[in-house]
Amino acid sequence: MAPDAGVKPGVAEQVRRNPLFAELVLKRSRFGWTIAIAMLVVYYGFVLLVAFDKPLLGMSVGGGITLAFPLGLAVILVAILLTGLYVLRANGEYDDLTRRIREGLQ
Amino acid sequence: MTARLLRALPAAACALLAVPALAAEAVGQTEKQATNTTAIIMFVGFVALTLGITYWAAQRTRSAAMFYTAGGNITGFQNGLAIAGDYMSAASFLGISALVYTSGYDGLIYSIGFLVGWPIIMALMAERLRNLGRFTFADVVSYRLAQTPLRTLAATGTIVVVAFYLIAQMVGAGQLIKLLFGIDYIYAEIIVGVLMILYVTFGGMLATTWVQIIKACLLLGGATLMALLVLAAFGFDLTALSAKAVEVHPKHAAIMVPGPMVANPVSAISLGLALMFGTAGLPHILMRFFTVADQKEARKSVFWATTFIGYFYILTFIIGFGAITLVLTNHDYLDAAGALRGGGNMAAVWLADAVGGHLLLGFISAVAFATILAVVSGLTLSGASAISHDLYASVFRHGRANEREEMRVSKAATLVLGIVAIVLGIAFEKINVAFMVGLAFAIAASSNFPVLILSMYWRGLTTRGAVIGGWLGLIVATVLTVLSKSIWVMVLHNTAAIFPYDSPAIFSMPLAFLGCWLFSVLDTSPRATEEQSRFEAQYIRSMTGIGAEAAARH
Repeated sequence: MAPDAGVKPGVAEQVRRNPLFAELVLKRSRFGWTIAIAMLVVYYGFVLLVAFDKPLLGMSVGGGITLAFPLGLAVILVAILLTGLYVLRANGEYDDLTRRIREGLQ
Repeated sequence: MTARLLRALPAAACALLAVPALAAEAVGQTEKQATNTTAIIMFVGFVALTLGITYWAAQRTRSAAMFYTAGGNITGFQNGLAIAGDYMSAASFLGISALVYTSGYDGLIYSIGFLVGWPIIMALMAERLRNLGRFTFADVVSYRLAQTPLRTLAATGTIVVVAFYLIAQMVGAGQLIKLLFGIDYIYAEIIVGVLMILYVTFGGMLATTWVQIIKACLLLGGATLMALLVLAAFGFDLTALSAKAVEVHPKHAAIMVPGPMVANPVSAISLGLALMFGTAGLPHILMRFFTVADQKEARKSVFWATTFIGYFYILTFIIGFGAITLVLTNHDYLDAAGALRGGGNMAAVWLADAVGGHLLLGFISAVAFATILAVVSGLTLSGASAISHDLYASVFRHGRANEREEMRVSKAATLVLGIVAIVLGIAFEKINVAFMVGLAFAIAASSNFPVLILSMYWRGLTTRGAVIGGWLGLIVATVLTVLSKSIWVMVLHNTAAIFPYDSPAIFSMPLAFLGCWLFSVLDTSPRATEEQSRFEAQYIRSMTGIGAEAAARH
């Protein structure tokens, strides 16, 4: 397989000049990093709480259930939610942009 | 048991399969169980079904693309289930519920660590992997760099990760099966090895994926059923369940808060790092991204995988608390000293008996076996692909091998890997295998992951930088693991560990990145300039998928 099999130099040049490509790159990178950083902040926030503030996590939220449980559950749900958000936006908006970039190719 | 679990767990810091390794350790000390007829009948049913699928898949597996990636025809939903299947090993099921059983809340901290890598993989890697790769992740790292050195590095990383992972699975499998089915250890190893060879050589990725999907459904179904039965026993009242658990557990209210397992913030943070990035460097997981048609389906795969895995971890938690309330209080499941019969990791299995009788016990046992079988098959396929596609076709034959030869090599490689797995599984029966999985994750995070992510994101990466950084991570991770307590003291019987920490990833991973960066920056050869100039075409393809369909269509 040639190293750049698939993307011919002319096509690459054409795509690079397309303002839609710049838009795709900017939007997707920004959103992708936002999702990744949000996950890191939520996860390490949780880990730091576990490491440094056990009394807070031991606080009762009713019926003998401690705050640690809803928080842990929330981290799991946030992970699912973040992947869901990314798919939703990428499979709609970004794939739309990608399709328009492809259609613009001669 | 608790004390040993707590001591041993950090040793396996970054290991998804740390827990089954412990399971193996605990189980190994018990006698063979009486033959469980229900379990055997259900297991034989599963094997018959999967062999039928293998036969069906074999009719369709005529090309290399079918063999490696099921022709790229797996849907995002199916692939999500298969990824979840790869990830939810018997380890997570038996191990995490056992962890909850012994120490309560700490089990949830592990589950969360295993899950949070997925949104990162989704946002930063999934679509680029799909757009750039064809059969193995080496396709991606060698896209614009020199084929021979990078494929050699990637294939070595793959084979090492797969080998250590495989041994841990094989040993865990043999010991669980000995306990659950009353079969001798050696026969258990041979059964797993032979079935895995059959699935992979004849059915390739298509059969492996469907075996994984069926197993994931069985595991999710079985776990859901158990969780519902536990909740039903408490009138679907979570506070009643937790109150009862606090009342009967020897640690009482301490099970409701984080315990001593994550006492040290540094180790907690390094554990999280290793878990996250180790997952993103596991070859059998990365390979799954090439079985779907395009980036849209690749994203859907990650979403479904995350959803199923997250759901499953919530279930294991209810199962763990169910085991505290229903197994811990029943003397039928405990030995004279009050410990679980069959070892600490049998909590979920005995719970199945407690809530669903012999039938559910048989079903859950069969599911545990099926789970190991499916994971082992996925690992073997990715190891065989690295040997045939990267080493044989690209490195030895310089791309001049035809498809028939390449497939013949991959089937031979599967056979050899299967036999090696059986032999190593038997040879390592008595060993504590936790460190092997720890090593697998550390190497994945220290070699595969840095080279992969830099090749996709950093224009400046050159062959020289990638090769030096990658090998540096691989070697340092391996050496530090050998010098750490889990091998240097516990296996080699030296008095003190030379490397004082349990997981090398926190050192070897940054070192790999540093090596890649430094030797790329210092590389002023004409080849480096040319490689950097090819980044743009790669970038455009990775962002848009333009040019990728040509590779996917075959």
